[in-house]
Amino acid sequence: MSTSTAPDARTKPVQRPGDRVFFGLSYGAALLILLTLAGVAIFLTVEGIPGITASPDEVKSGERFLPYVGPLVFGTLLAAVIAMIIAVPVAIGVALFISHYAPRRLGATFGYIIDLLAAVPSVVYGAWGIAFLAGQMVPIYQWLEDNLGFIPLFAGPASATGRTIFTVAIVLALMILPIVTAICREIFLQTPRLHQEAALALGATRWEMARLAIFPYARSGIVSAAMLGLGRALGETMAVAMVLSASGVVTFNLISPTNPSTIAANIALSFPEASGLSVNALIASGLVLFVITFVVNFAARAIVDRRKEFSGAN
Amino acid sequence: MAKSIDVSDLDIFYGDFLAVEGVTIPIAARSVTAFIGPSGCGKSTFLRSLNRMHEVIPGARVDGKVLIDGEDLYGSDMDPVNVRRMIGMVFQRPNPFPTMSIYDNVLAGQKLNSKRMKKAESDEIVERSLRSAGLWAEVKDRLNRPGSGLSGGQQQRLCIARAISVQPEVLLMDEPCSALDPISTSIIEDLIHELKTEYTIVIVTHNMQQAARVSDETAFFNLSGVGKPGKLVEVGRTEKIFSNPEDPATEAYIQGRFG
Repeated sequence: MSTSTAPDARTKPVQRPGDRVFFGLSYGAALLILLTLAGVAIFLTVEGIPGITASPDEVKSGERFLPYVGPLVFGTLLAAVIAMIIAVPVAIGVALFISHYAPRRLGATFGYIIDLLAAVPSVVYGAWGIAFLAGQMVPIYQWLEDNLGFIPLFAGPASATGRTIFTVAIVLALMILPIVTAICREIFLQTPRLHQEAALALGATRWEMARLAIFPYARSGIVSAAMLGLGRALGETMAVAMVLSASGVVTFNLISPTNPSTIAANIALSFPEASGLSVNALIASGLVLFVITFVVNFAARAIVDRRKEFSGAN
Repeated sequence: MAKSIDVSDLDIFYGDFLAVEGVTIPIAARSVTAFIGPSGCGKSTFLRSLNRMHEVIPGARVDGKVLIDGEDLYGSDMDPVNVRRMIGMVFQRPNPFPTMSIYDNVLAGQKLNSKRMKKAESDEIVERSLRSAGLWAEVKDRLNRPGSGLSGGQQQRLCIARAISVQPEVLLMDEPCSALDPISTSIIEDLIHELKTEYTIVIVTHNMQQAARVSDETAFFNLSGVGKPGKLVEVGRTEKIFSNPEDPATEAYIQGRFG
């Protein structure tokens, strides 16, 4: 009553110490994130600029910055996008199975196993990629070259070691699967019962119910999950560095022995031996990765926001 | 279009728990039958067993017979999906699909039948359904807006339009007005009066005046105690149930002495 009837500016609403402490804590935490992000951005920019402007004979690669980083950007995006194409449909399927198809106990166990996948260190994935997956993929690549060689993606010649960008993408897909699955599962479980029953009462089968009620509701969440996965795939270092036999080319040929490297893997492999301006060039490539991740996230937000009024949040 | 329903000696279980026991009730075609009774007496559960929606809950099953124009609803060759296409349902809270436009909401059931329709044909279905639901005049200029932008009463009528767009045999309504204001409620009650010329309508309501206003037949459900199964106490012409019920429990409930 008193606050609305008395417009006197000096009457302050009652403030409780608990509220103020909590406000301060959450405000501080939010600021800390921004500061960290700003700190990283400033470091990358300041240290990266000399690398960007360096002349070819000053750096180890012997190239200007753009021709140097171009193939790396290409390789990074290519590996990450293929990984997404493999992982996201599988993740959505697994999440839907856990949330709506499996008996409750089986679903819970299954979800737990998926979560375990997230706890495996990337170096283990890398080792598995080299020691097992690459070898298994060799005959498949050979078959692809023989039978589908007319498609530029599988033009070959097929790699004899199997350490191609495609193998890397499979490893990456496996690595991002748990996070994408976990988020999708949570969102699917949150679909209002009302909407699901509305679909069922219209005579929807379970799959139609998913299409009618669950997927539209979960749309923005699925995009967010995919973006988190993409972020991880873009930045993944160890597994790529171990598996990929890279040679800095730009090609869509997924199965040949010459593959584009990725930014993160390139930094990891080159950093120990780099000195002087070469270090700055590597940091600058890191800045490029940072910017790519940023752009991807903003693009995803924009996609989600475009149909906001249909999102079910209102 | 409308079909009659004949239920004989129906028990409904959730796992081992007997929720509703021994219901026998005939429901005439092109009439409104109201289910009344205190909370937890199984009237909603029974309603949901009429289009097998209760099976959404794991472990739910029934004993007994439900015949739709002589056809066994729980026969082994009966697919619950087809049952629900034949028997539409409107829920307690309006639940239009929030991600769809008004237009697409009305057509949601049609699309499930995966019929390819020409634009003119679907336009006609949308208009006819919205007109039947008394919503056409209010939304005809904004069919492409999200259904969730409508008021509660409009949303509920949109749900009714969605349910009748596939021309079901029977329309089940589970407390369709309990989340609505009196004006929207009265609009929907008028609508029920109009719809009963074409559909068999079964409505669950907590509001006894509403049952008296809209229904031809009234069925009173009760339960003898907590944890006991719900039972159908008596069913008859609405005027008779409200003026001269046979069972003393019915009379007590209608006079507001419990429930």
